[in-house]
Amino acid sequence: MTSTDNTRKNTPGGIRARWNNLSRPQQWLALVPVVVLIYFIPVIDPPLLTTEPYTNFPIAMVHAAELAMVAIGLNVVVGQAGLLDLGYVGFFAVGAYVAALLTSKESMLHKLPYLATLPLAMVVTMLAGVLLGLPTLRLRGDYLAIVTLGFGEIVRLLATLVPALNGQVGFADVGHPPGTNADGSLIFSARDGTPWYWLVVTLIIILLLFVGNLERSRVGRAWVAIREDEDAAQIMGVPTFKFKLWAFAIGAAIGGLSGALVAGQTGFMNNQNFSVAFSVLYLAAVILGGSGNKVGVMVGAFIVSYIPDRFTNLSDRKYLIFGLFLVVLMIFRPQGLLGARQRLLARGRQAYQRLVGRGEQISSDSSVSAEGGGQA
Amino acid sequence: MHPLTVFLADSSWINFDVTSFRQEFWDNTFNGLTFGAIYALIAMGYTLVYGVLRLINFAHSEVFIAGAYALVFTLSGLGFDGSVPGLSTLALIGDMLLACLVAMLASGAIAVLLERIAYRPLRRKGAPPLAFLITAIGVSFAIQYAIFIWRGASAEPAVILFVPKALFSAFGTNITNQQLIIFVAAIVLMLLIDQFIQRTRFGRGVRAVAQDPDTATLMGVNKERAIMLTFLLGGLLAGAAALFYVIKVPSGVVFNGGFTLGIKAFAAAVLGGIGNIRGAALGGLLIGLVGNYGQTLLGNAQWSDVIAFVVLVVVLMFRPTGILGESLGKARV
Amino acid sequence: MTAERDADIAAEDIPAEHMSAETAQMTETERAAHFAEVAEVVAPDRDISVEFGDTLLEMRDVTMRFGGLVALDGVSFGIRRGEILGLIGPNGAGKTTCFNTMTGVYRPSAGQVLLEGNRLGRRKRYQITRLGIARTFQNIRLFGEMTALENVVVGADARHKTSVPGALLRLPRHHREEREVVERASALLEFVGIADRAAEKARNLPYGYQRRLEIARALATEPKLLCLDEPAAGFNPVEKNELMQLIRRIRDDGYTVLLIEHDMRLVMGVTDRIVVLEFGKKIAEGTPAEIRDDPAVIAAYLGVPDDGVA
Repeated sequence: MTSTDNTRKNTPGGIRARWNNLSRPQQWLALVPVVVLIYFIPVIDPPLLTTEPYTNFPIAMVHAAELAMVAIGLNVVVGQAGLLDLGYVGFFAVGAYVAALLTSKESMLHKLPYLATLPLAMVVTMLAGVLLGLPTLRLRGDYLAIVTLGFGEIVRLLATLVPALNGQVGFADVGHPPGTNADGSLIFSARDGTPWYWLVVTLIIILLLFVGNLERSRVGRAWVAIREDEDAAQIMGVPTFKFKLWAFAIGAAIGGLSGALVAGQTGFMNNQNFSVAFSVLYLAAVILGGSGNKVGVMVGAFIVSYIPDRFTNLSDRKYLIFGLFLVVLMIFRPQGLLGARQRLLARGRQAYQRLVGRGEQISSDSSVSAEGGGQA
Repeated sequence: MHPLTVFLADSSWINFDVTSFRQEFWDNTFNGLTFGAIYALIAMGYTLVYGVLRLINFAHSEVFIAGAYALVFTLSGLGFDGSVPGLSTLALIGDMLLACLVAMLASGAIAVLLERIAYRPLRRKGAPPLAFLITAIGVSFAIQYAIFIWRGASAEPAVILFVPKALFSAFGTNITNQQLIIFVAAIVLMLLIDQFIQRTRFGRGVRAVAQDPDTATLMGVNKERAIMLTFLLGGLLAGAAALFYVIKVPSGVVFNGGFTLGIKAFAAAVLGGIGNIRGAALGGLLIGLVGNYGQTLLGNAQWSDVIAFVVLVVVLMFRPTGILGESLGKARV
Repeated sequence: MTAERDADIAAEDIPAEHMSAETAQMTETERAAHFAEVAEVVAPDRDISVEFGDTLLEMRDVTMRFGGLVALDGVSFGIRRGEILGLIGPNGAGKTTCFNTMTGVYRPSAGQVLLEGNRLGRRKRYQITRLGIARTFQNIRLFGEMTALENVVVGADARHKTSVPGALLRLPRHHREEREVVERASALLEFVGIADRAAEKARNLPYGYQRRLEIARALATEPKLLCLDEPAAGFNPVEKNELMQLIRRIRDDGYTVLLIEHDMRLVMGVTDRIVVLEFGKKIAEGTPAEIRDDPAVIAAYLGVPDDGVA
């Protein structure tokens, strides 16, 4: 029955319904105070949220923001298009090394200003994504997972084996955006997390806008169709290979960007940050938050990053904890915390209003859930 | 000089050490076959589960390492340590068999538990394949890091069973008792499993479920039991592999020791034809050989890892059916 | 091309409880005008090089082998533009295989499929859809996570061109195409009679709605030929009647329909011509009346008596 029965899940359903009833400009307006708050968090250092004295709070927030960016990128690949990429950390690594190689004094390549390496990292990683995707995206789900895992490992091993990439020694003194404070110290340094935090958050907001644009277009619909039932999508005229490749490329670019940002923020990059374990953490962030939901995965990323930083005695156990999380989630709540409820139409509101008498979609959540994600 | 040229010209990472390769060829061959036998045993576990459930059991590497830990604890308990034991051959064999049994039981138990607790609920719910993969990875990492928390980051102290002794020469190099025992024992085990699958009632049940679960059920095959048996068999083989592994690499038991080994074994399974038991054996031997050759040729032990991954990627891209396997992944409308 | 079209969706065709919210509030005259408009939007707007009554799609000696099994054996027939052609036969006769060769799911082992005289060849599936062959599935394959409207929009997307750059930068083409797809999809939902549940996830829709949603989605691709694979499976007689009306409406709006069905009354009642398959071979072709009396067809379905005793 067409249910406006929100009593079952009272608060989430009710809030969602009210949110959906607002028009787009109204939604943006409602978000402004939220965004302002987010910007000010590291400065405020709220007592409930703070990670001090264990971890420097602004630094913890930067970590969370960086992971959120990774999650957004991985969400495009895994959550939206349904391509299980277990080697996402490889893209992260490529971006990081691009930034390091082009800014660190220890690299022998020609130097560029740090901010210029950001788009460059995205381009290089995107190319890597396309190169990886071209031969592998015709493979079915689990094979693709293994191949991407292999790719991630190959990148990691090459980082060790190729002398020019400096293995474990790595590159110190990675670049940063320009600017000095009044007292002569750098604005963007490895010690002060706040300016980096603002930079990452700003970039995230831009990314969210772009990804949102893609969701509410032919591209986003193609991705969901591919995820739901690729064969049926092809038969309905969706050029699946092309859009899968785009998902890979975009996910890669975002991964590369975050890699470059992390390299700049920590000021250091070596081969220790690219193990499969990280890919698993990224995946946990996406799944926990709600695969397919770009806000959800940021929440998931926040949790995955914040908990070890806040409860440092758990930090050693984070892989165990998040590994178990994945198992439990898959059994009991595969749609994660927020569940996927994308809007796929740019002009959906008016159409639904005409057809159904109500401007929002009636739905319950789920994206990686059971009950025949693809029939037959 | 153009920086990119410098970058690439510093190609000491690719220096083909052909002389060493030639000199050590037969050495590498026999060593490669030995390791290959170990990979093959583990590969069978992957291929069995994939054949029946179409699932890549990522956690199989942890099934293996659990067996290895059980083995090492048993042997320590029996008095083995980092020094060469002065036991009679009979006593040695007795101890090895006991430890092997323990390892097989441990691995088998973990495998079956894994199926029961992590995979079966998903099967019951009719979860999409993506969910299974995610669970598999989650379990793999949970087990790995549980071990890490329990035993720390370093490997267990070495447990030496016997020192390799050259038995006879062939092709200008010595073949040791170690290599022979491992190779022969592994082959025997693989033959046993192969015959079990082909000839016994239980084996038929497993094959039936692999081909068509619903029809198999209609024909009276207990699907859940067949699946459990599949996991159990894979576990038993992994336990045996653990013994051989510890014989060859006495100090190799560490929390993430299963991971690379597991990937190599999986590459072997894919190479031979995923779902095909004999393919797993063949693939294992090939991966062992090629890995060893590559290591010598390129001068660094980690190259064998890279090679395994590259083989995996290339096979999946160009011949996903593997050498002996059948074509999978065709669309069914 | 309105001369060829003869669609007048009578307002009575769509029961009141299935109408869209907007339509439910209209007066009779408004409604009639509205439905005429809907039919206009839904009608195909493509250049088809073949005249009504001439062969649109031709199966020429198509053979399909799977290993040792011959699913189709030298099957030849033609589908005429503007007709409703039924494809019947006992189970296992090769009907769905036939569909699959037409829509590019299988490539024929021998023989050709020609659309408007051009071979389909080795085209990819989505290209065949863009050329103009659309289908529904025997076992419903909707995109469960999407709403009904979104499902149909995906079909309408098939003929559009917006890709990542256009969507990212919100170029004019994106805006234009978005408007068009939503308009077409909305009209289609009304056309098949499921507009009242446009906002629900496809997996939550009742069975009858799902079947019709599949049809709407296929129509969204603006096919030259619409292939329906057992669209009435699981329907009760009332629903089957409604489906027959819908199929007629679709044809009257200018489409050509190929129909696989088991229900003889439906097939006899709605098709213009019928092709009968058995064991992968065509055993009869003709009007419903001819087929009904064809001894080979009767034998295929009922068997031949051993000694003349029926």
